[in-house]
Amino acid sequence: MQDIQYAAPKTIDEAVALVAGANGSGRILAGGTDLLVQMRSGMLSPGLIVDVKKIGELTRISEEGGGFVIGAAVSGAQIGEHARLPKAWPGVVEAINLIGSKQIQGRASAGGNLCNASPAADSVPALIAAGAIVVVQGPKGRREMPVEKFHAGPGRSNLTPGEIVVGLKLPPRAAGSADAYLRLIPRTEMDIAVVGCGVSLTLQNGKCTAARVGLGAVAPTPLLVEEAGKALVGTTLDEAALGKAAAACRAACKPIDDKRGTIAYRTKIAGVLLQRAAKIAADRAKG
Amino acid sequence: MSKIHVTTTINNEPVEFLCDGSQTILDVLRDTLGLTGSKEGCGSGDCGACTIMVDGRMICGCLMLGAEAEGKRVETIEGMAQGDHLHPLQQKFIELAALQCGICTPGFLVASKALLERNPKPSEHELRYWLAGNLCRCTGYDKIIQAVMEVAADLRK
Ligand SMILES: Cc1cc2nc3c(=O)[nH]c(=O)nc-3n(C[C@H](O)[C@H](O)[C@H](O)COP(=O)(O)OP(=O)(O)OC[C@H]3O[C@@H](n4cnc5c(N)ncnc54)[C@H](O)[C@@H]3O)c2cc1C
Ligand code: FES
Ligand code: FES
Repeated sequence: MQDIQYAAPKTIDEAVALVAGANGSGRILAGGTDLLVQMRSGMLSPGLIVDVKKIGELTRISEEGGGFVIGAAVSGAQIGEHARLPKAWPGVVEAINLIGSKQIQGRASAGGNLCNASPAADSVPALIAAGAIVVVQGPKGRREMPVEKFHAGPGRSNLTPGEIVVGLKLPPRAAGSADAYLRLIPRTEMDIAVVGCGVSLTLQNGKCTAARVGLGAVAPTPLLVEEAGKALVGTTLDEAALGKAAAACRAACKPIDDKRGTIAYRTKIAGVLLQRAAKIAADRAKG
Repeated sequence: MSKIHVTTTINNEPVEFLCDGSQTILDVLRDTLGLTGSKEGCGSGDCGACTIMVDGRMICGCLMLGAEAEGKRVETIEGMAQGDHLHPLQQKFIELAALQCGICTPGFLVASKALLERNPKPSEHELRYWLAGNLCRCTGYDKIIQAVMEVAADLRK
């Protein structure tokens, strides 16, 4: 690796100014579990690294109006240990906690998982299902976008030059709501998802009144599968409804063939995971 | 090339060092400070041979910059024994031959100690998951698992 400047600003404004002033050679450093791997393999050679872990807003979890805001650089370990977040959003938290080993959890952030923009990033389908909003700040100020609108393609986001992710907003939860995330990997730990599926739903008197489904690793970007959510709403999550939602997931898949799974296999698994994740979310919603 | 000046604490001792922006904390520990206990197996976060504690959290030294250690509390394998007095985990690893080449051992010891401090009574299942980020090409893991389970039981007595 060649000469690299390092800065650890204490405010978002400073971080934005540093990245914006680096003519495209500046990179944000959160946990570094993607960035350092990419630098060490020669894939990336930034001129300036801007470590955002000294910025308060990016390194804490706050509660606002019944919802949560997870700072972009908060580690998976910190998220898993939070007093209320895992209970309110078990699916989002299990997805983030699936990332890597305990050592990786000590550093890896949801913001980094999102910004690295892998189609197989584990936290993203769960965040999409949750209806999470990405809070972004750049030279022109703040803006927000839904997680499903964040990615432009493998490794590419819709951030404009100089913009950084500040945090992820999770909305307030209606009574009877829960979520779940499942991924398929060939091993039991430490592997990249062949398919990932997040489901978030609300049950009232045994009936599903709201549902959102996110899918990962089956298309160039993680997907919101609106048709799958619609297939569940108004039902008791009976086999017919789950079957319809699974078919919607299969129809949304545009996967690649690679050593981890064929197109046919990934497509089939997307439907299987949807059914299993919906059942887990429903059991959690019933308490 | 301008160096970055870092003030930190390593194994409870105040330490200052100079590094450049591309150096990992593992490079600094091994090459600048001569603390060669932490190993570099893969350099990509997969093997855990570089496991150290930073502000009480277990991390891969190969995936943290030296510059990030500013103001942090770093603990390495060198801080585990008290002088000549080995930590019970170190003692047990020797007794049960839970190592052969030894490259993975510092990482397993740091990680196992971190678990026992959090959870004095892990199940074997919990222990195996906790150690999923530590790879060993020699022992087949069983002796490592047995050693940690025995130490956990001893420490509870
Ligand atoms: C051994 C190992 C196992 C892994 N296992 C998994 C896994 O199971 N599932 C999975 O999904 N991933 C996995 N990963 C990948 C990685 O750990 C995750 O993507 C992690 O969430 C990245 O977070 P980070 O904080 O380390 O990001 P960093 O490496 O710090 O950043 C990642 C990218 O995002 C940019 N970035 C970070 N924060 C911001 C921000 N606030 N604003 C703008 N840009 C930003 C960085 O510049 C960089 O390009 C693994 C990695 C390793 C090394
Ligand atoms: S050397 Fe750091 S994990 Fe292998
Ligand atoms: S003892 Fe050789 S790698 Fe574990």
